[in-house]
Amino acid sequence: MGSLHTPCVLTNPHSPFPTRYSPVHPMANVTLRNVRKTYLGGFEAIKGVNVDVGDGQFCVLVGPSGCGKSTLLRMVAGLETVTGGEIDIGGRVVNQVEPADRDIAMVFQNYALYPHMSVFNNMAYGLRNRGMKETEIKSRVDEAARVLELTPMLERKPRQLSGGQRQRVAMGRAIVRQPKVFLFDEPLSNLDAKLRIAMRVEIRKLQRRLNTTSIYVTHDQLEAMTLADILVVMNGGQVEQVGNPLAIYEKPATTFVASFIGAPPMNLMSTRPEEIRSQLTGGAAADAGILGIRPEDFVITDQTPAGGVALPLTVEAIERVGAETFVYGSREQEEQRVAATPGELPPGEIIVRIPGTEAPAIGAKIRVAALRAKLHLFSGDGRTRLEA
Amino acid sequence: MQKQAIFQSRLLPYALVAPQLAIVLLFFYWPALQAVIQSFLLQDAFGLSTSFVWFENYLDLFREPAYFEAILRTFFFSFAIAVSSLSFALLLAVMADKPLRGSMLYRTLLIWPYAVAPPVVGVLWIFMLHPSLGIIARYLRAIGIDWNPLLDGDQAATLIILAAAWKQISYNFLFFLAGLQSIPRSVLEAAAIDGARPMRRFWTVTFPLLSPTIFFLLVVNIVYAFFDTFGIIDTMTRGGPGKSTETLVYKVYSDGLLGGNLGSSAAQSVILMVMVIVLTGIQFRFVERKVTY
Repeated sequence: MGSLHTPCVLTNPHSPFPTRYSPVHPMANVTLRNVRKTYLGGFEAIKGVNVDVGDGQFCVLVGPSGCGKSTLLRMVAGLETVTGGEIDIGGRVVNQVEPADRDIAMVFQNYALYPHMSVFNNMAYGLRNRGMKETEIKSRVDEAARVLELTPMLERKPRQLSGGQRQRVAMGRAIVRQPKVFLFDEPLSNLDAKLRIAMRVEIRKLQRRLNTTSIYVTHDQLEAMTLADILVVMNGGQVEQVGNPLAIYEKPATTFVASFIGAPPMNLMSTRPEEIRSQLTGGAAADAGILGIRPEDFVITDQTPAGGVALPLTVEAIERVGAETFVYGSREQEEQRVAATPGELPPGEIIVRIPGTEAPAIGAKIRVAALRAKLHLFSGDGRTRLEA
Repeated sequence: MQKQAIFQSRLLPYALVAPQLAIVLLFFYWPALQAVIQSFLLQDAFGLSTSFVWFENYLDLFREPAYFEAILRTFFFSFAIAVSSLSFALLLAVMADKPLRGSMLYRTLLIWPYAVAPPVVGVLWIFMLHPSLGIIARYLRAIGIDWNPLLDGDQAATLIILAAAWKQISYNFLFFLAGLQSIPRSVLEAAAIDGARPMRRFWTVTFPLLSPTIFFLLVVNIVYAFFDTFGIIDTMTRGGPGKSTETLVYKVYSDGLLGGNLGSSAAQSVILMVMVIVLTGIQFRFVERKVTY
């Protein structure tokens, strides 16, 4: 098949998933009700999470490392105990149910393939454990292998496969089971950038085809945005925001979400300096402590749009990436850090994203402005979004 | 990259290797050569004359039914010691691998017996199981078992196997624990999700992944049972009652040093030496090829 080294064959138009491979699957919502996890030492890893994933939906848990997203996924899988609340899969509370009996399949970050078994046996293992007939096992594994283009590798051992192939075996092991729910624990983070994008598309297509409820953990916000039907942004064991990815992008509920979703991150600045305060008008503006503006919402202009915000900047650095250019500028006024969140800019620094490669010279004094509708206002602690 | 060291003087490398070489020559090759030479010689009962008899000592050995019995006995002992100490050590390691409180403490306790010298092991077990001194022997008789390893050959053999296996458990445990800890947790979790119950998980995932460790330990244990049990046998039964606990290595000792038949004893040593070379050769072959899974 010649698919050994070229990830692009995965998107081969002649090999899309056959109509036969669309098993009738049972209804499976996954509902987390006030789920908590407290470790023996008293450390609270999950502090009451409520999420409702509808049947066939693709839910992505995203957040910085240590935010509890993997722990939460492992709790759904049954690999970690639940110390509070309820996990409900397909209308059944599974808190006390063994992982094997939850009718889930999981793809691990390191793939967790059985090193001593052939690719075929890796995929067949879960079916054999459930006492399925060999003929049925063979047809299911062959079908999955065909879909994932693993047919020529069925007799190989995992150590004879490349990273991408191992990843596909892990996927195959999950799909042959035809479970109610797929769980993915950062399945693409061990792949190189190119393969990661190819597999991301494949996973989404496969999930659409199989229409199996899925929960996917990642720290990559781009993966999260592109895969999710429902995006759950987590931080410090809590859910910061749940919703449609674009809705979250457009209306982040907290400054954490604002700076975590979107690359480069949203510019956040204190509204205290007179320069900004004087430009903010309208009801909520008076209560706002933090102003956020996305890099792409700035325009370099001398005009000030009505109700909008304009800032004078000194250009510090320019990054040209082809289709767009990032301008790093510093504001003249010193100001204090607004919130300690990942990806945050140094105080007083602003990123402006402009199309094309035309950019002002380094050291130039420019003026950037954003429309009224593009302003995000947050309370002083960054925990509440204020609607203008 | 060349990993070779470059020496200024041509003699320095030889000088550096010399002490090690001297030790090996003096304590291994020299006695080995002596044994080979001795095995071709026959001395009269008073040690007054020595004659070169070619393979007569070997042929005599193979004509002697007692020698075959000793071979069979040694194989049986090795098998019993290796299997019992390996399986018990594996059981302990699997239990110690669980993340429990105080695991460091009992892991340490489980490793301690390895520090006990074989003759001391023998003495310890004798204190427990001696027909007139032993505390366990008392209980055994109390429940109606006619326990007397000083007279009953099978009981004596059991006693030797027990003590020798016990001694080796710590060593095996250590390797099994390390082996278990090198199995990625996620593989076992994947198996749990794949519907394998703990026992099935153990036999289909853990055990195959431990197979390189098991193979290594099997060879080490067999070599141990062949040779290092000498101290245990000597303190506990001295090969008796009758010849029921006389293994090949003990026969070398009793025929040579007690029986005074140096030629036969030397021939037996040479045969043992060949056995160990074969065993070690097999092990090296497999370890080098990394016969994992």
